[in-house]
Amino acid sequence: MNAGLLGIEELDRAEIEAILARAKDFQPLQSQNVKKLDTLRGKMIVNLFYEASTRTRTSFEIAAKRMGADAVSITASGSSVTKGESLVDTLNTLAAMRPDAIVMRHSASGAPHFLSRHLPTPIINAGDGTHEHPTQALLDARTILDRRATLEGLRVAIIGDIAHSRVARSNVHLLSKYGAEIVLCGPVSLLPVELAQLAPGVRLTTDITDAIRDCDVIMMLRVQLERQHEASFPASEYFRFYGLRLEHLDLAKPEAIVMHPGPINRGRELSSEVADFQRSVILNQVENGIAVRMAVLEKVIG
Amino acid sequence: MSTIIKNGRVIDPGSGTDRIADVLIAGGRIAGVAPDLSAPGAEVFDASGLVVAPGFIDMHVHLREPGFEHAETIESGSRAAAAGGFTSICPMPNTKPVNDSATVTSYIVERARHMAVVNVFPIGAITKGSAGEELAAIGNMKAAGAVAISDDGMPVMNARVMRRAMEFARSYDLPLIQHCEDLNLSAGGDMHEGAKSVRWGLRGIPAASEDVMVARDLLLAELTGVRYHVAHISTRRAVAMVEHAHRQGMPVSCEATPHHFTLTDEDMEPYDSNFKMKPPLRSGCDRGAVVDGIVAGTVSAIATDHAPHPGSEKMQEFERCPFGVIGLETALGLALEQLLHSGKISLVRLVELFTTGPESILRLGRGHLAQGAPADVTILSTDLEWTYDVNQSFSRSRNSPFHGRTFRGGPVATMVNGEFVWKR
Repeated sequence: MNAGLLGIEELDRAEIEAILARAKDFQPLQSQNVKKLDTLRGKMIVNLFYEASTRTRTSFEIAAKRMGADAVSITASGSSVTKGESLVDTLNTLAAMRPDAIVMRHSASGAPHFLSRHLPTPIINAGDGTHEHPTQALLDARTILDRRATLEGLRVAIIGDIAHSRVARSNVHLLSKYGAEIVLCGPVSLLPVELAQLAPGVRLTTDITDAIRDCDVIMMLRVQLERQHEASFPASEYFRFYGLRLEHLDLAKPEAIVMHPGPINRGRELSSEVADFQRSVILNQVENGIAVRMAVLEKVIG
Repeated sequence: MSTIIKNGRVIDPGSGTDRIADVLIAGGRIAGVAPDLSAPGAEVFDASGLVVAPGFIDMHVHLREPGFEHAETIESGSRAAAAGGFTSICPMPNTKPVNDSATVTSYIVERARHMAVVNVFPIGAITKGSAGEELAAIGNMKAAGAVAISDDGMPVMNARVMRRAMEFARSYDLPLIQHCEDLNLSAGGDMHEGAKSVRWGLRGIPAASEDVMVARDLLLAELTGVRYHVAHISTRRAVAMVEHAHRQGMPVSCEATPHHFTLTDEDMEPYDSNFKMKPPLRSGCDRGAVVDGIVAGTVSAIATDHAPHPGSEKMQEFERCPFGVIGLETALGLALEQLLHSGKISLVRLVELFTTGPESILRLGRGHLAQGAPADVTILSTDLEWTYDVNQSFSRSRNSPFHGRTFRGGPVATMVNGEFVWKR
């Protein structure tokens, strides 16, 4: 009953390919004068965001509207959440209003998985704690595929706070299913050794030059200070060892691209020059977010 | 009023008995154990094909009364115990108020006298409010009926306080039970730190958080000579350290829970809080070491750590859910499945783990079928097939990872002080 989208891990390659192909169909629409379809006319989507988000929430909202669906967005502050209602009760209440899907972001890993066992409404995971952020990995794959024929055999470096990154986990699952070579890089306390078992083809390093050498794609992660429950690394030396600077790019393949899920912190995880670098595709990622989420919404409720 | 339990396989590890015999009970005490006893007028329980053992002792439960009666009461917990074959249970002191004074200990003893269907032997707190700072009135609690001290769930982090507590426990001749967890190492953790926690994005509780505390405490136990007991042992290194302490001749013991010798983190359903407890379900290697410790005799008791939580508290985001699972009714079934039917240990050894094992630690005067002993008797089958339905549980809570599991063997009847308090 509940066929939402909880994570990349449970998808197979064919399902991923179908979403990416459909997203490609939606890309031209983004630059047309009239951007709206009526594929999901009459459908209602609830965006329930328990965590602050600008781009993901807006992206889902625009995606829903471009598909012709109606979308309602709820943020945790100013809702019944602050009145002490439990997550299950809130979701049951929303489900009783018969939306066709609930798009949900939550700071607790597994919150949408837990709810999906108790709710009939399909849930689309818009990021759960430090677990998965499936639509981010899909839009990242779409962005890479706009520039490369295939993901197979690509060498991808993911750099930063891997331990707390749902973006990293979803990307690892997706890229691994395509046989990419994935190098995870970050300060040792944010790089638990068990990450190497996350999926086939994963290697760990604490040396950013080792991670970047000969890679096709550099994915930088945001330093998630809100998820640091302790001082797990000396913040003052982070940029020196893990901040991406122009000179690093010489180590990568000549056409290598730089990605970042946003929001970027110039001078913390990447230099301002890198952010504005011609092979930085950060804004393309944002643009692709809408096409990919349109494809996901169509798959889930179309 | 007398009762005769006829033709059962009587296993009494204390006396080395293992034979087909009758057990005669009169006046709440064991009146005789021998083949073909005659007892005109006695109530007859036919135990043919069944095992008749001393009443089982669970030295680690949470009855939640006083203070959390929505989760469990002394009465409901005792009924769950009876249905699990237990005749004596030892509630941990983390009630509200904490059992850190003779007043609370007496309240529990008194409540149990009226409401409980099994014997209840409370465990007192080590420190006031189990806050880890000021010692509780240990001697007063002992006088009121406490059989051990522990700050279960709130491990004493201050080594100096622990040393003093051990000194007092020794002078009052009480065992000290420690929930071994270095709270700095485990802070914020929700499950065992390993491949699964990293995959699921949940914060880990490293095995080292248990090991560090066991190591520290064993050093202090050596210094003080206390009878020291490791609650719910769950790691390979902790088992090895207790074994080492045994070789040194130290009065050290440990217990294992059915969930730790049965399940690993790999068995968890994703984000299902019925698999969330402390210590967490560990790796396969740790589980194997706990089982080996049971086989080798390093582990001297099976205890459930029965920890009821109402559905409303367990129906939340995983990281918000409280730790703990209920376990009184499934303990014997799991022990039979994991230890006996798997060929790891004998039936006599299994009965020991539920009787003379905990008795040797707590000295309750229970756990034997000797003539004149209180007539606490557990009658069990090693073959009866049954399925656990948690919704039929006597507990007020439903937080079990074993709902729907089919068992081979389990309790059949439970007698406390000469009265049957539960029959299947």
